[in-house]
Amino acid sequence: MNPVAKTLERNVEEPVSRMPSWDLPPANIREERDAYLLELEMPGVSKNGIEVTVENNELTIVGHRGDTEPQGEVIYRESRHGDYRRTFEIDTSIDTAKIVAKMEQGILRLTLPKAESIKPRKIQVAD
Amino acid sequence: MNLIRYQDPELATWSPLNRLASLREEMNRLLDGSLAGFTGNVGLFGGWSPTVDVFQDKDNVYIKAELPGMKKEAIEITFQEGMLTISGERKQESEVREGESFRSERFFGKFHRSVSMPTKVDAEKIKATYKDGILCVELPKAAEAKAKQIEVTVS
Repeated sequence: MNPVAKTLERNVEEPVSRMPSWDLPPANIREERDAYLLELEMPGVSKNGIEVTVENNELTIVGHRGDTEPQGEVIYRESRHGDYRRTFEIDTSIDTAKIVAKMEQGILRLTLPKAESIKPRKIQVAD
Repeated sequence: MNLIRYQDPELATWSPLNRLASLREEMNRLLDGSLAGFTGNVGLFGGWSPTVDVFQDKDNVYIKAELPGMKKEAIEITFQEGMLTISGERKQESEVREGESFRSERFFGKFHRSVSMPTKVDAEKIKATYKDGILCVELPKAAEAKAKQIEVTVS
């Protein structure tokens, strides 16, 4: 496995004792030729409720749930309250300045472009 | 070869009871923690089962289902004999995928959830909306099911 993906895959887990009522969104990560694609499921979060930050080679995604609660009393509940939060470790081979985020029906899609320096390069043979 | 058995410094004061207690703590943590969220989604037959909440007020029953990443057209809602059923299929995007997958926690495929109504509802007037990956179904209570208010006058 490629080292970039390895670090990206490693989820930065916080000690459970310090963990507040965050909800850990399920994630899919895929590598494409020029970028890594990260998908997170965050139902109830709109475009405005998303915060993506990169700090110290850690990519943190926070999703604030909007007001999706219907009125009235609860008869039965399975859903969780609280914000979504997940942190991934990324390394320098990702061009953090060019990360693109898109939110659609509760799915956040992040495109993490690979830095130019690590992309495969085709070298022309000089005549 | 090292003949002294390695001892974890954290377990220096070894006591079977302590270890048992910490094992229990560990198990509780596993069940209470974030993992419960994932395993809770796994159906008996390997499909997925969306999270559902049921609410009611004076006039309506509300069903809220978390269905992130669906096409509106792929959600089917039926009502029969006091039972509301939400079903459908979530598909992987059809675009050609090159490259490798490193983490795959999301569920795809068919799902099916049924909720029986706590009271009689007016099946003709059921409404549903889908926004931010959440399906909200509003079921107006039938007139005869609404609580009648009886005024008691004190003489």
